Amino acid sequence: MNRKKHRYWLDSPDNVRKLVYGLYALCAALMLLDFFYHKHTNFPFENWFGFFAWFGFIACVALVLLAKQMRKLVKRDEDYYGDV
Amino acid sequence: MSSLNPALILVLGALPALALKGHLRAVYVLLLPVLSFLQLYTLPAGIRAEFEILGMLLTTLHLDRLSFVFAVIFHIAAFLLILYSLHTRDRLQQMATLIYAGCAIGAVLAGDLVTLFIYFEAAALSSVFLIWARRTPASYGAGMRYLIVQVISGLLLLTGIILHARSSGSIEFTQMDPGTPGGALIFLAFGIKCAFPLLHNWLVDAYPQATVTGTVVLSAFTTKMAVYALATAFAGTEILIWIGLLMTAFPIFYAVIENDLRRVLTYSMINQLGFMVVGVGIGTELALNGTAAHAFAHILYKALLFMSMGAVLLRTGRINGSDLGGLYKSMPYTAGFCVIGAASISAFPLFSGFVTKSMIMGAAAHEGYTLAWLVLLFASAGVFHHSGIKIPYFAFFAHDSGIRCKEAPASMLCAMALAAVLCIGIGVFPQTLYALLPYQIGYQPYSLTHVITQLQLLFFSALAFTWLVRQGLYPPELRSVNLDVDWFYRKPGRWLAEHAMQSIVAGEQKMGVWIKKLSFSAGTRLHRHHGPQGLLAKTWPTGSMVLWVAFLLGVYLIFYYVY
Repeated sequence: MNRKKHRYWLDSPDNVRKLVYGLYALCAALMLLDFFYHKHTNFPFENWFGFFAWFGFIACVALVLLAKQMRKLVKRDEDYYGDV
Repeated sequence: MSSLNPALILVLGALPALALKGHLRAVYVLLLPVLSFLQLYTLPAGIRAEFEILGMLLTTLHLDRLSFVFAVIFHIAAFLLILYSLHTRDRLQQMATLIYAGCAIGAVLAGDLVTLFIYFEAAALSSVFLIWARRTPASYGAGMRYLIVQVISGLLLLTGIILHARSSGSIEFTQMDPGTPGGALIFLAFGIKCAFPLLHNWLVDAYPQATVTGTVVLSAFTTKMAVYALATAFAGTEILIWIGLLMTAFPIFYAVIENDLRRVLTYSMINQLGFMVVGVGIGTELALNGTAAHAFAHILYKALLFMSMGAVLLRTGRINGSDLGGLYKSMPYTAGFCVIGAASISAFPLFSGFVTKSMIMGAAAHEGYTLAWLVLLFASAGVFHHSGIKIPYFAFFAHDSGIRCKEAPASMLCAMALAAVLCIGIGVFPQTLYALLPYQIGYQPYSLTHVITQLQLLFFSALAFTWLVRQGLYPPELRSVNLDVDWFYRKPGRWLAEHAMQSIVAGEQKMGVWIKKLSFSAGTRLHRHHGPQGLLAKTWPTGSMVLWVAFLLGVYLIFYYVY
C-alpha cells in the first residue's frame, strides 16, 4: 500500500491551524454582518447584536460542560450490565 | 387491481425472495419497493378500501395527504435500505426489512384502529429479527427487551382501542381525545413507540445492538409511524409541545458523553423526533406541514448517518469513538457522505434540515411560544454539536487511530450517494418536497435573515467545539456505559423478577412435597412436567416466546372480534 507513506494535508499541524484561523475569521465576518442588514424577527431579543452567534456559543459550551458533570452521576464500567 | 394495498406487495413479495439467489434475488428485492411505489402513485387520492370481517368494517386502505407523504418516504427508504443491504448474504435480514417496511406502509395507510394495530404489531415482530440477526448475547438481550416494550405498547393500544370503540362506537382512525380513558391509552401506546421521555430507553438500548444494516432499517420506520399516528390522532394537543421539548433537549446531553457512535445517533434521533412532536403539539397547518416535512428529511439524513457508521462498523469491526479516528484516509467517500448527512441534520443552508426544521420553529414563533422556541434553538445548536461535529470528527478525523481498511462496498456507497443527493436536493429545491405536504401554504425558507442567523448559530457552535477541544475541556471518549432509564428494569427490576421467580419455584417445590404426601400419583404427574426431563423445566427457545406473544395477541384480537 502506497497510502501508508502518504502524508495527508490534515496531517500537518500547520494546516489544522490554518483551518482553525479560517473558522475564527468566518465567525467574525458573520458577526459583523449583523450591522449590514435588516433582520425580520418574531421576538424582540432576536434583534440584539449577534444574538444567534452568542446563543450558539454559550449553548454549546454549557451543553458540554454540563454533560461532563453528568458523567459523575451516570458513568459506569463498560460491562456494568454484564453483557459485553 | 386498482385498490391493491402497496403494503401487501412488500409483505407478500418478501416471501419468494427467500428462494432466490445471487443477482436475480438482488434485482427482485430492489424491484419490490419500486413496484409498490408505482402502485401507490396510481391510487386515486382519498381512496378507501373496506371489507367486513366478523361483523366489523375494516378500512385497510385510506389514502389522505398526510398518509401519502409518509408512504412516499417509507418507499424511498425501503429502496435505499435494500440497496444498502445487498452486500450481506443474510437473506433473513432482507426479508425482515421488506416485511417491516411493508408493515410501516400498511400502518400509515390504515383507515381504522384495528388495521393500524395489526400492522404495528407485525412491524414490531418483523423488526426484532434485525436486532437478533447480529447473533451476539448482547443483541439477544436487547432484542428481547425491545420486543417486550413493543408488545406492552401493543397491548396498551389494543386496550385503548377497545375502550375507545365502546365509548365512541367507531374504530375509525381519526382525531381523538386524549382525555378519555381509551384515548389516553392510545396516546401512551404511541408515546412508547415515539420514544417519549422516560419511555424512550428501548430505542437507545436496542437500535445500536442491531446489525450493520439492521440499525439503519430500524431508524427509518417505527418512530416515524408513531409520529404519523400522533399527527393523525392528537394534532394540537398542547402537552405534546412540552413532551417534544424535553425530547429535543435532554438526550443531547447523553449524546455528548456516549462513546458508541451509533448510540450517539439514537440519542440524536430522539432529539429530532422531539421537533416533530412539538410540531404535532402546535397543530397549525404550518406546524403539521413542518412535522411531515421534517420526518421526510429526517428519515433520509438519519439513514445516511447510520449508513456511514454501519460502513465503519463493517470495515473496522469497531464503532466506539474511543477506538476510531482518521478513517477519512481509508474511507474517503464514506467520510464525505457522512459529512453531507451531518450538514443536513444540522440544518445548514442548502441541506434538507434547513428547509424542514425551520417550519416547526417558525410555527412555534408564530403562535407565540417563546420558551419553546428558545429550547428548540438550544436543541438546534446542540444537534450540530453532537451529530454534526462529533460523529464525523471522532470517526473520520480527530487523532489517527492507525486503522487502515477498505472503502465501503459498492452497494453501500450507491445507497449513501443516493441518500446524499436527496438530502441536498431537498435543501436546494424545497418546493418539490413542499408540494407533497398535507397543506398548501406558501412557505419560503430562504430569507436573508434566516440564512445569516442560522449560519451564525452553527458557526459559533463550531467555534465552541473548537475552543473546548483546544483548551482540553472537551470530555474525552471513554469506554463506558451511561445509566439511563433502562437501569430501573435491568438492575432492580431484574433483581426483583429473579427473586420473585425463586420464591415461586421454592413455593412450588414445597407444594410438590405436600401433594406427594397426599397423593403419590399426583406427585409423579407433577414430576413429569416440572422434573428434570419435564416439558416446563426446559429452557425455552426464543421462538416459543415469540409464538406465545403472538398467540396472546391473537387471543386478544379474537376477544375483540367476538365482542
